Amino acid sequence: MNLSIGLRAAVLTVAIFIAFMLTWHIATQGSGPVAQMDPEYAKLLGKTATQGTSAMPGPLDVAAKLWEHARQPFYDRGPNDKGVGIQLAYSIARVGVGYLLAVAFAIPIGFLIGMSPLMSRALDPFIQVLKPISPLAWMPLALYTIKDSHLSSIFVIFICSVWPMLINTAFGVAAVRKEWLNVARTLEVGTIRRAFTIILPAAAPTILTGMRISIGIAWLVIVAAEMLVGGTGIGYFVWNEWNNLSITNVITAILLIGLVGMILDQILARLTRFVTFPE
Amino acid sequence: MSDKATDKFISIEGITKRFPAPGGGATTVFEDLWLSMPRGDFTCIIGHSGCGKTTVLNILAGLDTPSEGAVIVDGQAIEGPSIDRAVIFQSHALLPWRTVMGNVIYAVSSKWRYWTKTEQQRQAQKFIDLVGLTGSEHKRPAELSGGMKQRVGIARALSIEPKIMLMDEPFSALDALTRGTLQDEVRRICMETGQTVFMITHDVDEAIYLADRIVMMSNGPDAVFAEIVENPLPKDRKRTDFHKHPLYYGVRNHIIDFLVTRSKTIRDEVKAGVPFDRRHVPVVRPGAGVAAVASTPSSPAAMPGLARASVVNG
Repeated sequence: MNLSIGLRAAVLTVAIFIAFMLTWHIATQGSGPVAQMDPEYAKLLGKTATQGTSAMPGPLDVAAKLWEHARQPFYDRGPNDKGVGIQLAYSIARVGVGYLLAVAFAIPIGFLIGMSPLMSRALDPFIQVLKPISPLAWMPLALYTIKDSHLSSIFVIFICSVWPMLINTAFGVAAVRKEWLNVARTLEVGTIRRAFTIILPAAAPTILTGMRISIGIAWLVIVAAEMLVGGTGIGYFVWNEWNNLSITNVITAILLIGLVGMILDQILARLTRFVTFPE
Repeated sequence: MSDKATDKFISIEGITKRFPAPGGGATTVFEDLWLSMPRGDFTCIIGHSGCGKTTVLNILAGLDTPSEGAVIVDGQAIEGPSIDRAVIFQSHALLPWRTVMGNVIYAVSSKWRYWTKTEQQRQAQKFIDLVGLTGSEHKRPAELSGGMKQRVGIARALSIEPKIMLMDEPFSALDALTRGTLQDEVRRICMETGQTVFMITHDVDEAIYLADRIVMMSNGPDAVFAEIVENPLPKDRKRTDFHKHPLYYGVRNHIIDFLVTRSKTIRDEVKAGVPFDRRHVPVVRPGAGVAAVASTPSSPAAMPGLARASVVNG
């Protein structure tokens, strides 16, 4: 075989996908035993018992549901019936706001910690204690103090995305090669100019790596946070559809969460590549 | 030469460097070093690893401070790094996220902040051309060979038109051919511009080819400037034939002899009480059969440097 590894990998990917879909399709065909029962009683039971069909939707059901959502992503028929596009938009907006607040906070503080060994040691105990706290543990406190579920979920996103960025920024700034700093010193470059022309570009790849980790965590946490606070968002959508026993919608939402997470990660990966320099 | 002898453009006055030793106390790297350099002089410093050469250079650059003593440059004590003293780093220390032009412009714009972009670019281009990198302006350091990177470092240092160039083994990481070419370039540029240069090297031939004076440093700890070797070879020496000069082997053997044996014994001699005037380091001009030593102490307060006038010529 003289095919390139990329092409061979693509062929394999498609093969695995088809195999998975077929297995899924066959497994959810349903040919279970059908019980004879009183029609009045049958009305109360699901199709699994009365017709032998599988309760688990097959790939075609999910595809049909996806198509339905794709055709009408932004409809709004009241609080419990909004298009999945609207729900995703709510989630992305919360992640975006919380994440940007975290960037605005973590990068300057990370710079401070990275540049000052004193601040680094002084703040270290706080970071060590706060970092391992599950972001959702903050939720009751946030709800109690902020008194707004929407803002509380933004706060939870903020608190979960701050740490990787803070730690990476501090590390990147502290690890700037001494020879580059000496270049700036021998050229009598001032503190501000040094921060922007030497430290920032030198630490940028590390900072961006922290930002990439953070956006991943933020997208993981938003689903859980929205399940908790409810109202809007893709996390709420998943929970609402579970309550509706619409497994098709749950699977559709899982798929969409994965796709959006991948897109967010890829955006940050692009940015990282943009600031990375070869040595 | 005699008017140069009184010119103390750079004056190292009794510098000492101590580091706290593990387990209390302090390690003295070197103590009470005195040396003066005239304007336009090319001084090389040779010594074994660990004798504190780089520390001396860093103190001259203002990147390090002596535990005691001071360095006076052009009548002013060094209090920190200055754009008048350019450093060429051993590791070239280019900013990898900037292009060749970007690296040179970074230095130019640090010196002449209020120049227009065009003026800064013109100045940078002039020195990129000077080191022979025309056409590579938009390459990044990662795309350059070791020799080219060091050329960028040299262009960056020269572009700010410094009063002094400090070089820390600038060619040690290069292959022999590239090193030779770059030595030629540096020598040509320094001769043309009358640059004052202080350079660390491990390469005896490099020192003989480039330097007017070679400072021999004894082994550390407690290193001293043991001797100053005046280069007897003519100023217009060429790299292709300077080793054929009748005085070449005299100088070379003298330096090698110092590095192999005397660099180790001097410290013990000084400790044993052999008189050694730190303020007037012996000046030697090897060659012509006579290793002429001269050290006439003058009033230390008046002139703590070299008694150049008393050097016997061959």
